[in-house]
Amino acid sequence: MHEISDLIACEQCDAVFQKLSLANGEIARCTRCGAEMDRNAQQRRNHLLPLTIASLIIFVIANTFPIVEMELQGLHSQTTLIGAVLSLATEGISIVALLVLATTILFPFMQMLILFYLLVPSRNPDNPLGHRPGFSLLIRVMQMLRPWGMVEVFLLGVLVALIKLSNMATIIPGIALWAFCMLTVMLTVVVSFNPRYLWQLEESGQ
Amino acid sequence: MLKTYRNIATQDTADNMHFNTATSMGLLSCHQCGKLWKGAEQGERCGHCNATLHMRKPDSINRTWALLIAACIMYIPANMMPVMITSTFFESHQDTILSGIIFFWVSGEWGLAAVVFIASFLVPLLKLASLFILVISAQQKSPWRQLERAKLYRMIELIGRWSMLDVFVVSLLVGLVQLQGFAQITAGIGIVAFGAVVVLTMLASISFDPRLIWDTETSHNDAPQIAISEITSTGIAAAQEST
Ligand SMILES: [Zn+2]
Ligand SMILES: [Zn+2]
Repeated sequence: MHEISDLIACEQCDAVFQKLSLANGEIARCTRCGAEMDRNAQQRRNHLLPLTIASLIIFVIANTFPIVEMELQGLHSQTTLIGAVLSLATEGISIVALLVLATTILFPFMQMLILFYLLVPSRNPDNPLGHRPGFSLLIRVMQMLRPWGMVEVFLLGVLVALIKLSNMATIIPGIALWAFCMLTVMLTVVVSFNPRYLWQLEESGQ
Repeated sequence: MLKTYRNIATQDTADNMHFNTATSMGLLSCHQCGKLWKGAEQGERCGHCNATLHMRKPDSINRTWALLIAACIMYIPANMMPVMITSTFFESHQDTILSGIIFFWVSGEWGLAAVVFIASFLVPLLKLASLFILVISAQQKSPWRQLERAKLYRMIELIGRWSMLDVFVVSLLVGLVQLQGFAQITAGIGIVAFGAVVVLTMLASISFDPRLIWDTETSHNDAPQIAISEITSTGIAAAQEST
């Protein structure tokens, strides 16, 4: 078994191509099925670590403060995301509570933490990415988590719920709502980064 | 910003291009790190990242079928059972997915009705139908509209997650509307079935291997077998197009 380093196979249709060296920001697509095959991720990497750190901070804010406050004939009610998950769980729909917990809190948080761990420069100046422990396992975990982080869908859900309630009650958007808006924008950039390209960065020793 | 590769392939006519595939060349590609290996056995570990190498996703058709059928079964209670129960001092009111959409429509929130209709009704239905088309045509190794099917697969991968919308809407309403004795919203059993449909269809599209779309009878028999040494020594130039 030996490596064929000058060829590349399309992940989605198996067609084999000569590998090209890509300049910064360039993307290679398969001419057979149109799938993205390769991209030069060096440039992206520089934005990725600060964005990941910022996302982690915003994530904490989004989950600490109430998303929305409701006022109905003198009665107040407010909820955080975790509060909503707990309400579901106490009602006996714990499987849905678990699904919401996983897709909006647990998986996005894991994705950000893993990315942070993999990207933060190591002490060794010659090989900043280094062969850090668990590198390949963590990339595999990230690949698996990728479809299941749904912060942007959750944000749309918040908006739908708010419009629905605004018919019957006074709605006051909370700090966490704005935090979720920002988090969605940042995570779109962070999570759209295919973890596969971390191998590329690891090899180039950047 | 965009580069397209040219396949190391022979082109007999303008519209009939034979692509060499990793399978036809006896190569295995690693789905984790993308490295190509010659002389590797199925189930062997990638020499670079230690992932298990497979020619195709293992048991792809059967797994997709099983998940797809399970999703279809759950689709019925997901649409029949109430997803949300609103109880006020005077009355109790049950909502299904569709009645929620109708409520938005009659109260004049047409934009919202459209968004929820697309995410909660159209997307799951389209996804189930698309998965049926993909898995049946792949099973028959059909050469029918391969490029469109490849695009269809990428589309359902992209939009599938948005059906989770109603699960989030119900969760939030349940968390928020807990005004004891005055107004209370509780989740109905329908939301469990609905969440199951979304998860099952997502798992089905993950277990489907899009390379099966291109594994037609002809692609294996007619594709010219070029040895790797030939390809590299003749140095077929790769095209670089900028768009
Ligand atoms: Zn392709
Ligand atoms: Zn590998």
